[in-house]
Amino acid sequence: MKQLNFVGLDVPSTEDLQNCVHCGFCLPSCPTYLATGHELESPRGRLHVIAGIKEGRIDANTKTLQHLDRCLQCRACETACPSAVPYGRIMEDARASIMANRNSIQPRSWFIRSFLLRNILGHQKRLRVAISLGRLYSRSGLQDLIRGPLKKILPMKLVRLENSLPSLRKKPFRKSGSLSSPNIALDKVALLTGCIHGELYPEMHSSTVEVLDYMQIEVVAPVDQVCCGALHIHAGDAEASRKLARQNIEIFESSGASKVLVNAAGCGSAMKEYGRLLRHDEDWRERAEVFSGKVEDILEFVVKHKFDYQLGKVSDVVTLQDACHLAHAQKEKVAPRTILSAIPGLELREMSTPDRCCGSAGIYSIVQPDLSTQVLSAKLEDVLSTDAGTVCTANPGCTLQLEAGLRRESSDMDVRHVIELLAKSVQAGRDKTDM
Amino acid sequence: MVRFFKRSRHKPEPLVRELIKVVGINQVLYTAEDLIGYEYDATIERAAPEVVVLPHTTDEISSVVKICRQYNRPIVPRGSGSGLSGGSVPIKGGVVVSLTRMNKILDINIENRYAVLQPGVINLQLQDRLATEGFTYAPDPSSQRICTLGGNVANNSGGPHTLAHGSTVNHILELEVVLPNGDIARLGSRVLDTPGPDIRGLFAGSEGTLGIITEITAQIIPLPQSLKTMLAVFDTVTSASEAVSSIIRRGVIPVALEMLDQEIIKIVEPRIQAGYPLDAGAVLLIEIEGIPDAVDADSELVKAACEASGASEIRVATSSEEREKLWEGRKAAIGAIGAAYPAFYLLDGVVPRTKLPQVMEDVLAVASSYGFKCANMFHAGDGNLHPTLMFDPQNEGVLDRVLECAGEIMRICVDSGGAITGEHGVGLEKTSYMEWIYSQDDLDAMENIREAFGPADVFNPCKILPNGHGCAVGHAAEINIAMGGNQTSADIYI
Repeated sequence: MKQLNFVGLDVPSTEDLQNCVHCGFCLPSCPTYLATGHELESPRGRLHVIAGIKEGRIDANTKTLQHLDRCLQCRACETACPSAVPYGRIMEDARASIMANRNSIQPRSWFIRSFLLRNILGHQKRLRVAISLGRLYSRSGLQDLIRGPLKKILPMKLVRLENSLPSLRKKPFRKSGSLSSPNIALDKVALLTGCIHGELYPEMHSSTVEVLDYMQIEVVAPVDQVCCGALHIHAGDAEASRKLARQNIEIFESSGASKVLVNAAGCGSAMKEYGRLLRHDEDWRERAEVFSGKVEDILEFVVKHKFDYQLGKVSDVVTLQDACHLAHAQKEKVAPRTILSAIPGLELREMSTPDRCCGSAGIYSIVQPDLSTQVLSAKLEDVLSTDAGTVCTANPGCTLQLEAGLRRESSDMDVRHVIELLAKSVQAGRDKTDM
Repeated sequence: MVRFFKRSRHKPEPLVRELIKVVGINQVLYTAEDLIGYEYDATIERAAPEVVVLPHTTDEISSVVKICRQYNRPIVPRGSGSGLSGGSVPIKGGVVVSLTRMNKILDINIENRYAVLQPGVINLQLQDRLATEGFTYAPDPSSQRICTLGGNVANNSGGPHTLAHGSTVNHILELEVVLPNGDIARLGSRVLDTPGPDIRGLFAGSEGTLGIITEITAQIIPLPQSLKTMLAVFDTVTSASEAVSSIIRRGVIPVALEMLDQEIIKIVEPRIQAGYPLDAGAVLLIEIEGIPDAVDADSELVKAACEASGASEIRVATSSEEREKLWEGRKAAIGAIGAAYPAFYLLDGVVPRTKLPQVMEDVLAVASSYGFKCANMFHAGDGNLHPTLMFDPQNEGVLDRVLECAGEIMRICVDSGGAITGEHGVGLEKTSYMEWIYSQDDLDAMENIREAFGPADVFNPCKILPNGHGCAVGHAAEINIAMGGNQTSADIYI
């Protein structure tokens, strides 16, 4: 007899679930509810499913679990919730306690996902090999061929899938150790270089280092740091994420830095929650909490310091796509706007609902391509109607998704991390003083 | 299009097959796993339907109704499921028609001052869209972030702005509805005057018992030229209640006149930081709008009235952020109670404005005699109370005591010359109270009206009217809530 229930350390707690009063205020903030109009694709519906499974009123089977699976985990519902339901962690806990139940009927896709995350994303070398193949594909000209002349001949599905791949032409950012050491350092920070960011978007890191250097902050990227484990947590693989968390805590502790800076909102949010992740681990709980207290998003860090003394002009109109895990999980909507508004010559033109998810959500765009595309289409409408030259983000996943969407719409709008715009402004300021 | 579920291995029932034929496979839900999403609203009532249909057009709804009649199944219309009376809970099973996919604003006609809307349009979505044109739609229930216009009409919803602008019925020009025989009818007209009795008006507050509202033409009004939001602080609920009548007596009709008592301030303020003083006995949230000179003059009158009733502080919001914060505290109050207490019972009653001071004293006295904490945030201007009893559902026998206490509070409202619901509707849970305010003849008349449209068991059976009036079995008059052992969601009991 299959035991169709939650088991293990992470079973969603009654206290967490009890906060939900079924008022429905979360519904209009949920991208999947907006796309489908289906109650069970809403936060309230999913909480009802989770509570139902916990109470044993309904089974955890592939049909009920698919509603959990369709959740983007963007946590916009947390911002909307007047009862402060900790939706993000309830969803993470629910997924983890299904994955922990070896007797339950787990969707096969959950297994495959966890397997790939464990064996590729968690291993930097394997990941780099995989991405290098992609780089070869981009640079060889084959990608251009498929996106150009072959587009009309190849099957639609394949073209669409290919379109979601990034264009990998740039030299990856793989530096580690000391990245910047100004003569007089005001502070010393450690940077999470992460799994894919440096490979896909090297400018995110180089810009981060450039800005910190300008702010007279010493930056190190601890050697041997590992993936933050965010995607593993989202996929319900709590064990794998705990292992990665312990490794990172150990490595970052020995760097001697006062802060751990992250320029990917999803990673930052996960690392700020290491304390909770390791709450059952007597030996690590306190260490993890101290560690989480040191984690800051790069934008959050920048605005806490003086950063606008020598900025140069950047002539552009930008719009901002709030990274969900910055706006909703880390509750930081002000910092990116403060930075963009401080750049001379730059106009920030807000889109409607900038804090609604773009549908990237880690590996969601791969696991739920249809729904992800629907969510993306709604987002693109908002983005394109601003007529901006650049759309800013604070997370590589969003960048990847928006780039794919804009390519689909044949738009030449640029996608940049906020920190890249600031680095550009720093650069322009420096050029001016050099002259 | 998203595929919602894999086709069941079992062949679906004939009813389901017919429905799928009409609206398509992605618009019909019938597996137990999907139906649980439609067994609730914002109350504790739970009953799952047999099938859920998510139509896109009025014609589809018409066909769905005909099929349901053929198979003799009741039909329950549902918007966002944010109702507070169990109105959209399918207590007799049958088919839920979810209108969430009919959410388009079809037309905005500024010159003729109306908007044409599908029933699934969200109240705030309409207001936001109209604001870009300098217009607004007046009724603003506290749940406006999620409640649908179709649900607003069906419940004749009010809100803070009801005091000056009236409830939903005052803002509806024309309705398109699907009747119990599947016919599509248009009621009322887009011009302001229509001859003959107002049948359109019957649908306001009909709670889905007469038909399904499929299109709404709503009146829109220009945004006010100027607006003042004030917060008046009082030591006691009684003095704040006196101020309410005093304001009206001075000839001012604020667009909103809301009260929050000490208990609710203590719950809301730490969570929302709305700007309510934590040591206040009660605050009034007062909003005045109109041409700038009139607003200034009225605000002086309001100040004088509040001072005369003993206000210790009167503050005018100086920025739109401050104004929004003051309102956020009011609108998010219910959710904040959910965060603070494992369960609560939210009442909805109306009393004559002048009786407020005495009624409020009596309500608090009754609650405390039962040992319950009672929080109050309500539309004081129109005497629409929402006493909220907080309790721990794990306590043995607590629910019976809550219900008994609630009954006494309702009785206070009725005895003062008031009514059993201001805006949440009768739904499932107040059917038994209907006999307190209506005679058997009144109720028979209502039943006759319902039957003029079609048999009483077609649309939303067992709602509004008490036992014996069109509901053979009837929903238990004394709210019959079975408490499960592990109740894992905070419960609002209405």
